Amino acid sequence: MRGMRGFGKWALPVYSVIAFVFLLIPIAYTIAFSFNDSRRSNISWRGFTLDNWFGVCQAQDVCTAFGKSIAIGLVATLVATVLGTMIAIALVRYRFRFRSSTTLLLFLPMATPEVVLGSGLAAQFLAAGVQKGMLTIVLAHIMFCISFVVVTVRARVASLDPALEEAGRDLYANPRQVFWRITFPLLLPGIVAAALLAFALSFDDFIITNFNAGPEVTLPKYIYTAAARGIPAEANVIASAVFLLAIVIVLAVQLTGAVRRKRLLQQ
Amino acid sequence: MAFTAFASDTALAPQQEPTKRGRVALLLLLPGLAYLAVFFLAPLISLILTSLQRPAEFGDFGQYEYAFNVDNYADVFGAYGGHIVRSIAYSSAATVAALLLGYPLAYFIAVTLRRWPVWQGLALTLVIAPFFISFLLRTLAWKQILSDEGPVLGFLQLVQVLPDGARLTGTDFSVIFGLTYNFLPFMVLPIYASLASLDLRLLEASRDLYANAWSSFWRVTVPLSLPGIISGSLLVLIPAAGDYVNASLDFLGGTGTAMVGNVIETLFIETGNYPEASALSVILMALILVPVAFYVLFTRTEDLI
Repeated sequence: MRGMRGFGKWALPVYSVIAFVFLLIPIAYTIAFSFNDSRRSNISWRGFTLDNWFGVCQAQDVCTAFGKSIAIGLVATLVATVLGTMIAIALVRYRFRFRSSTTLLLFLPMATPEVVLGSGLAAQFLAAGVQKGMLTIVLAHIMFCISFVVVTVRARVASLDPALEEAGRDLYANPRQVFWRITFPLLLPGIVAAALLAFALSFDDFIITNFNAGPEVTLPKYIYTAAARGIPAEANVIASAVFLLAIVIVLAVQLTGAVRRKRLLQQ
Repeated sequence: MAFTAFASDTALAPQQEPTKRGRVALLLLLPGLAYLAVFFLAPLISLILTSLQRPAEFGDFGQYEYAFNVDNYADVFGAYGGHIVRSIAYSSAATVAALLLGYPLAYFIAVTLRRWPVWQGLALTLVIAPFFISFLLRTLAWKQILSDEGPVLGFLQLVQVLPDGARLTGTDFSVIFGLTYNFLPFMVLPIYASLASLDLRLLEASRDLYANAWSSFWRVTVPLSLPGIISGSLLVLIPAAGDYVNASLDFLGGTGTAMVGNVIETLFIETGNYPEASALSVILMALILVPVAFYVLFTRTEDLI
């Protein structure tokens, strides 16, 4: 829209700034209320305090739920990342029959509403007589993370120059050495990105977890149940801390990328 | 689907044909695909089987046995038809709202900020920033902001846009608002991805051919970003149609806003009426499969994921 003058020239940037503010309002609200000097329910502002941050585990339920969410996230991320990376390598590098059905099988979990995934899995556990608990939550999380890992890692495999691996083979490296010394280190950024995405999806999942948790309480499930009587400020503290950590990681990755690009351009 | 918007390397990827053959492919694929067969495909079949169950003849109350009880479907259509219609209406409204709000933002990031890559990166980070903080807490934050004592309602009443006694939370508006907010980034990212590769010389060419800004937008920019618009719309529609957090009473919903997801949750988790909950899940899946099937038919399979 470069042809527009006056109003048109400013309308888009101004709108975009408003849209960014809109996206960030609930985040600012959540962080602000982690400093609220609230007694029980954290609804109205009663004054600034750091107590919630220094005594996060005063609210024991929140802390226990947080620990469980971390544990589930780590196990689910590990398994989903390994399984997904293997599929991604096969998709880019190998020719095999049933390629279309494989792609469709990876696509469908992403195109299915979570409530269907959750209730379907719960119906299956019910039919098989499996007790719901930590294990069923982890099994569910691995399932919905795999496809996202495949998508993320596949892009990285596709951008990898096969000549590098050929060079390794020309220098008498055996297939195992080629994989661990050349392929894997080059894929690592993609694998790390996929693992972070999988962890984020698992850590924040509520809808599927709710159907398969039984008596176990993860952090999102705790917040959902507590919403009726009021969320303790400690939940805001944990969410804010996780948010700040994630943002720092993303910005660090972006900055190193920008610096590297600049250096490449100068050479 | 432009889920690849999450992966930053896509644009750099040269197209390469898969070359290797052999058993290794099978070893690499089998564990993950077997996992999806057991924990994704089989549950869908379980869901259909459960949806056809009937109360056990000699069992206790709340026990069910396998049957071919199609009546469950008639029952849930009769009892929850309104919820099904509401889910379709809310999720469609949220998709349209997200498209109208998200397209200009995606255009700004992809085209206006193209000359400043660092700012572009920061803008994309802001778009995905909401994903890093709890979905439930974000929704609760809006509940407080839009509440009867909140600043937004007070302001709207002060300037006489809303009459005294009007409410924002617990209404159709607040649920659609919540759905739109929560899934907006899913709209912006794919549209951004397709606009990022838009060749600006095409716009210059259309101006040279005496198109005004309006017609070059509709006849060049929009058609070229159509893949992003379609992916983004599906990525908003699917989670919005199945959501039960926004419409829940403790979040942005009210007594008359329950969606299919809320009914499935109540029937499955609270009342243990598994057959009817499963029947509703199957209906929701069938409804979602209509746009998804169109998408699959008109997309090359390699581009699906």
